[in-house]
Amino acid sequence: MRVQLFVTCLVDQFRPSVGEATVELLERCGCSVEFDERQTCCGQPAYNSGHRSEAERVLGRTVELLHEWLESGGEAVVCPSGSCSAMIHHAPKVLAEDEELAGKARRVAESTWELTQFLVDVLGREELGTTWRGRVTWHDACHGLRELGIRDQPRRLLDGVSGLQVHECGSCDRCCGFGGTFSVNYPQISGAMSDDKIREIDASGVDAVVSCDVSCLMQLQGRLEATGSAVKTLHVAQLLAAREDRP
Amino acid sequence: MTAIHNLRSRHFRSDTDRALADVELRGALARAQEMSNGKRNRAIGQVTDDWEAMRERARAVKAWTLENLADQLELFERNAKANGIVVHWASDPGHACRLIRSICEEAGARTVVKSKSMVTEEIGLNQILESADMEVIESDLGEWIVQIAGEAPSHIVAPAIHRSRESIHALFQETLGREIPEDAESMTMIAREILRQGFLRADVGITGVNYLVAETGSFLILENEGNQRLTTSLPDVHIAVSGIEKVIPRLSDLDVFLRMIGRSGTGQTVTTYQNLFHGPKRSPSQEGPGSMHVVLVDNGRSELLASERSRQTLQCIRCGACLNICPVYRQIGGHAYGSVYPGPIGSIFTPQVAGLHQASQLPYASSLCGACKDVCPVKIDIPEVLLDLRERVVAGGSTQRDEDTDHKVRRESPAFRRWSAVMNSPARYRLAGHLLRTLATVTSRTTVLDRFIPPLAAWRSTRSVPRPEGGSFRARWRRRGDRVR
Repeated sequence: MRVQLFVTCLVDQFRPSVGEATVELLERCGCSVEFDERQTCCGQPAYNSGHRSEAERVLGRTVELLHEWLESGGEAVVCPSGSCSAMIHHAPKVLAEDEELAGKARRVAESTWELTQFLVDVLGREELGTTWRGRVTWHDACHGLRELGIRDQPRRLLDGVSGLQVHECGSCDRCCGFGGTFSVNYPQISGAMSDDKIREIDASGVDAVVSCDVSCLMQLQGRLEATGSAVKTLHVAQLLAAREDRP
Repeated sequence: MTAIHNLRSRHFRSDTDRALADVELRGALARAQEMSNGKRNRAIGQVTDDWEAMRERARAVKAWTLENLADQLELFERNAKANGIVVHWASDPGHACRLIRSICEEAGARTVVKSKSMVTEEIGLNQILESADMEVIESDLGEWIVQIAGEAPSHIVAPAIHRSRESIHALFQETLGREIPEDAESMTMIAREILRQGFLRADVGITGVNYLVAETGSFLILENEGNQRLTTSLPDVHIAVSGIEKVIPRLSDLDVFLRMIGRSGTGQTVTTYQNLFHGPKRSPSQEGPGSMHVVLVDNGRSELLASERSRQTLQCIRCGACLNICPVYRQIGGHAYGSVYPGPIGSIFTPQVAGLHQASQLPYASSLCGACKDVCPVKIDIPEVLLDLRERVVAGGSTQRDEDTDHKVRRESPAFRRWSAVMNSPARYRLAGHLLRTLATVTSRTTVLDRFIPPLAAWRSTRSVPRPEGGSFRARWRRRGDRVR
């Protein structure tokens, strides 16, 4: 299957290894992975801050680019972020005023998948032959969970990893406190929201907290480090693509 | 007059800091949320119908009614009048308070007893009646606690949720001037004794309304303590105050709402009491009040009817589920919002009815996690409305913002214009990415640049600054391509 990796600006700039791990997983599942270097961002930062026209321009450009690729015979756009995938799924509504663009956005949204969703729901894969010895907990990133319904897919994939123990935290589906510009507008509330989860994560004795969004993980890692916790953060692609016992 | 009563404070930032420093408050909130969500999930689990289908039906009833609001209200008024209920229309808080005060004065009232009502908080009724030399007694236990403490309710269903049992005990001892036992039951019995005396001397009873039923001209109020029955049966005058959005078309519509509101709000299958009112007593030998009034309050609501997006805010049935699930409310509690209606629903209701310029900070008091949308029994898309309001704050210019928000938007706007220029050009994006990674590598190690970059300082105030791994994905992809070739 011809797959376009929509890598996201955050992964591209801060966590390129998550992009590499995503490519590795997709290839392991027999996909032919392509990456259009003209990609930038889905437009969400501006959209969530109320800067609508800036958001529309950036999102519209991304839609055009992905649509062009689908028209050339591309089959699926895969993204290692629930939040950015959800933004692409919102595109038909956000761009509704431009009928032609909204039509393209519908086509792109129909073909765009978050990574774990793609692996489980589209490819039907739950075991990827990964070994990872350790204990982790899953953080349900809000937009993936509530806008795309991603709950079971990553858990099934983690269940398929040999050597891995998965501990469920009661607060797994509570927001980490990031919220885009919310994290710098109200840093104290944002930090307190992280603490609420970190208390439980710390007490559970896990090695790492795993999620499908780099933004949540940077928030949690930042707070874990600031409070002196030894718990690490790990993107699900990094864990699943691990060749050795540990990445 | 604008609905300034909707807002108690415009200092969201400093109020928030105070709330975050209050360990007792945050403990009480976390415990309350855990308990109410556990009960809610169990109560919803018992529903034999499909919960999602019930939500859709409730939403559809509310949405249809709002599209036909004027007709439904007039139908209610006609049928209520036929039942002997006096119906009043109030455009704003001042108007509503004048109406209610004159009803009380005509009744020669010296004491007014109230059961819990958020709309009377919204119009600032207690102060008006007290300034007319009337004694006002809140008879809901939680509401009475905040009344004697001189506070405002911090939750629309559980007004004193911000207080621990210990702090309520201290408050009672201070108020009564004597030692009392510390257990909840004893304290409740003491409150009950005091409140009973109030019921007996009250001349007028004032309540809120949960549902106005258009086809029958009756109205329903829900409660758990029995105080509302006393409020509406002992005094000779009953005044029910209602927002205009509380009307539903048919009595049979109550079926779905009665099963949903308790489950959503307090995790009860149904509230302890459901009181349905059809009018005053018909003959002197009957029991109940001799006169019954309904005051319909607009206070900015009709302006929300214009568009479908803003109209959905008025679907709210005041169950409080969004407050109980909200991770922001969990940290700061109700008072910090400075809004009569706190939490997610307040953050969309207040800016719309009181005017965006009065409450422009509230649409930003959310991480947009969407938990509120998931639990809302009438399917209000709160995050969508928050985003709409943020857009209006940005597009509306300085007149639509308070000082804090204006400062924020003025800082953000040029930044997002530059961001957009960068994101629309791969060449500029590559260059900016390189600069950003270099900057982030430096700032992850040193704080010297923090004072020039306020968002960086804000981030670091509670978190370590992320270190980029080194290089971009696109550079690694290109190297990989070179290897393959």
